[in-house]
Amino acid sequence: MDRVFELSGLLGTATVETIVLSAVGLTIGGIFGLTIGTALYVTRKGGLMANAPVNVVLNVMVNFFRPIPFILLAIGLQGLVREVFGTGIGNTAAMPIVVFAATFGIARIVEQNLVSVSPGVLEAARSMGASRLRVIFTVLLPEAFGPLILGFTFAFIAIVDMIAVVGVIGAGGLGNFALQYGYRQFNPWVTWTAILIVIVIVQIGQFAGNAAARKVLRR
Amino acid sequence: MALIELRDVAKAYPPRRRGGDPVHAVDGVTLDVSEGEILGIVGYSGAGKSTLARLINALEPATSGSVVVAGQDLTTLRESELQKVRRTIGMIFQQFNLFHSRTVWGNIAYPLKVAGVPASEQQERISELLHFVGLADKAHQYPEQLSGGQKQRVGVARALASSPRILLADEATSALDPETTQGVVDLLRRVNAEFGITIVVITHEMEVVKNLADRVAVMEDGKVVESGTTFDLFARPAHEVTRRFVNTVVDDMPSAIAVEELRKRHPGRLITLSFREDSASQVQVFAAFGEAGVGFELVYGGMEEVQGRTFGNLTVELTGERVDEAVRVVSSLVDVREVR
Repeated sequence: MDRVFELSGLLGTATVETIVLSAVGLTIGGIFGLTIGTALYVTRKGGLMANAPVNVVLNVMVNFFRPIPFILLAIGLQGLVREVFGTGIGNTAAMPIVVFAATFGIARIVEQNLVSVSPGVLEAARSMGASRLRVIFTVLLPEAFGPLILGFTFAFIAIVDMIAVVGVIGAGGLGNFALQYGYRQFNPWVTWTAILIVIVIVQIGQFAGNAAARKVLRR
Repeated sequence: MALIELRDVAKAYPPRRRGGDPVHAVDGVTLDVSEGEILGIVGYSGAGKSTLARLINALEPATSGSVVVAGQDLTTLRESELQKVRRTIGMIFQQFNLFHSRTVWGNIAYPLKVAGVPASEQQERISELLHFVGLADKAHQYPEQLSGGQKQRVGVARALASSPRILLADEATSALDPETTQGVVDLLRRVNAEFGITIVVITHEMEVVKNLADRVAVMEDGKVVESGTTFDLFARPAHEVTRRFVNTVVDDMPSAIAVEELRKRHPGRLITLSFREDSASQVQVFAAFGEAGVGFELVYGGMEEVQGRTFGNLTVELTGERVDEAVRVVSSLVDVREVR
């Protein structure tokens, strides 16, 4: 227990690292994921911009990267990240890898949420003379906003989960902290303190997401 | 020149299965809709009527033939030009298709934004439309707070926002109960009468057609099998499909089962008299029976009024010595059919 207080400085740093990494992953991965997910949905057969070749390419990409366990993706992408970002270790290297994994995970979630929008509503907007792009931005996404918030909440929790293992390429965060100072030093107090902080972060995210979705969905 | 001219229009979809036949949703339709009229398009599910409506505003591109709206052949226009045309064609739907993320006000504002109407003018137009459809007090509610009839009124207001010349109503009353349906039908009549907007009503409800349409086109398997004024179609349906539709609201001919029942109670000669506006009146016909000393009893039938004109079939039982003679006389006055 005393050890937890000794490490409180490091614990604080690890907490900030987890929060920053997940925020970056959610934001940038969210933007990319929203783009790819929307493209997946509108290029479907019978979709707003039906385009079989584009749809197939996107689907193959998502199906290729999404099932890779994050810890393997982290080590697998290390070389590429080193080439592009100048380093293959630490938080700097972890960030693009988290964004990459989040992008493909979120893309599928977005696509599935967009299915909940009635095609008739899109048709109505088109019948008023709105262009396809306009329909996407002013009808499709706003109509799916509630489910999208819930989808992003789900994604946020998945991202926090990913960040628990970025220690494998030398990045920080609560996962790394728990492994290093709790698990390897046989101190369950330290492990569980880190776990509790993760739970709190996830709970806050879930609560905020639910509240926002309730407000948007008006129920 | 008609406002909408369809010339041998076809719409085929790719085969459902590899190697299958393409699906001909609309198959060679030629049809004119005049400015200011209300045309009913009637048919069973899958007859192609909804696809036909979508050809008129080019939500579906035609496979062949020409679709001319207000002098412009839509089959030759680019998407950006079609978008401008669509602003002159409003559309309402069976499932209303309101934007759930927007209030009633926001729903009606949407087409105005699309059409680039300045914000200052939008306000006035929306309030005018809300008053027209009688929902001024619902402006800031969301669609889920409205009843079905109210939702369709919003749909109508939204479709009228950009001051279209044409309104397409795709099964617009099919999800509504009869009373609410009548309310929407009355509203569409006002849209036509007050703004002179041409309306194309897609429906399978003959009650709606009867109360609303000036002319009717009946579709089956992607083709128009019969068309004419609403009165003519109701009074003299020629095609089998038309007859079946007319029978859903006009029940003045006894079915085979009804005839059997009638026979049990009415042993005399049964004939059906068809009254049309241009045929003799009931007074003349019944007077003829009286003069011949023939007893007559009305056993089945009814009179209908469509577009302010009357028609109907009456089945009577005749008894007495001079029935044959009376039937001969009456045959020269109205159409007579023996009931077997």
